[in-house]
Amino acid sequence: MPSPTRVIHKRIYEVAPRDLERAGTVSTAVRRELLALGMTPDIVRRASIICFEGEMNMVLYSEGGRIILLVRDDRVELLFSDRGPGIADIDLASQPGYSTAPDWARELGFGAGFGINNMEQNSDLFKIRSRVGEGTVVRATILLGIPFF
Amino acid sequence: MELRKVIAEIGITTLVGADLAREVRGGYCSDLLSDVLAHAQAGDLWITHQRHLNVIAVAKLRDVAGVVFPRGLRPSADVAARAQAEGVNLLIAEGTAFEVAGKLYRFLHP
Amino acid sequence: MKLAEIAKLLDAQFVTGADQAEREVARAFAADLLSDVLAMVQEEGVLLITGMITPQVVRVAEVMNMGAVLFVRGKLPPQATVEYATGATIPLLATGQDMYETCGTLYRAGLLPAKRKGFPLGNAFPHARHP
Repeated sequence: MPSPTRVIHKRIYEVAPRDLERAGTVSTAVRRELLALGMTPDIVRRASIICFEGEMNMVLYSEGGRIILLVRDDRVELLFSDRGPGIADIDLASQPGYSTAPDWARELGFGAGFGINNMEQNSDLFKIRSRVGEGTVVRATILLGIPFF
Repeated sequence: MELRKVIAEIGITTLVGADLAREVRGGYCSDLLSDVLAHAQAGDLWITHQRHLNVIAVAKLRDVAGVVFPRGLRPSADVAARAQAEGVNLLIAEGTAFEVAGKLYRFLHP
Repeated sequence: MKLAEIAKLLDAQFVTGADQAEREVARAFAADLLSDVLAMVQEEGVLLITGMITPQVVRVAEVMNMGAVLFVRGKLPPQATVEYATGATIPLLATGQDMYETCGTLYRAGLLPAKRKGFPLGNAFPHARHP
């Protein structure tokens, strides 16, 4: 593993649990930050989608947490850490369509069960760790300057 | 229009063909079960991304002509089994909901 | 297809962004579930057709660079959402028609479906209920 590259930009956002009114605002803020840094539309869109899914998961399921945006010379990293129930079976929860969302979340248009999978699909590197009863930590990395299909 | 003809015309496949002679009156496109309960009409072909068991109950209650899952989405085996038992037609389309609704509409309202 | 033309076909009103009536959208995507929008749309400038009027709809439209949002079933978003969309320069339209009629009318008039993203949904794990 090469030594970490220089951090160009760092932002920390707090996410409140079940605050549906504000849900999604971190993602729009991240998008604007990345646009201001001159990132390409493709990178901005992928990062925004990852952030939106992660943010919604936090709002719907956790007891709150934070999202950290780290822009390095060669990558954009999004770190999500929440206090919450944790995920017992990450492989299962990552399958498209698997959802434990309550009906109220579904009726609001969330919880179709593509969240984790969609985050992974838009990342170049993706790591998720969870401990039941404590919380979940996700690191999604987009590498700059490499093709993405 | 007979469901069998609609299936052939708009290029969707049958997952559960409980009653393919069913008359299709129109379409309804919604992922909100409460909205479907309130507004879908008997004989509508219901296009939805939702695939959980409640869909079958709602389809039965509103007496829709069938349920179409877009984008190749497949419901689980227990949902298909429930549909079979309840006599609800289940169909799968490769295209998006916009495309399925569009093709159905164009076929029913040329 | 110009937004003005879409508004005319559907008897839709501009909730905000009437000054962008000449904006073109080439493709459309219809869904109530935002997860589907986030997972499926990869192009820019797409018209989102939805019955959801939550603030998240406009945020999703913003982060995905969508061309406009069209609310169906006669629903109107709350004022805060409208103001947000105005600030983000995302035109919002509203029609009393349902989603099926809206899609049908626009498809028949030549609006294309948004292309789908390569996504392993064919083998997707089905919806599981809460254990």
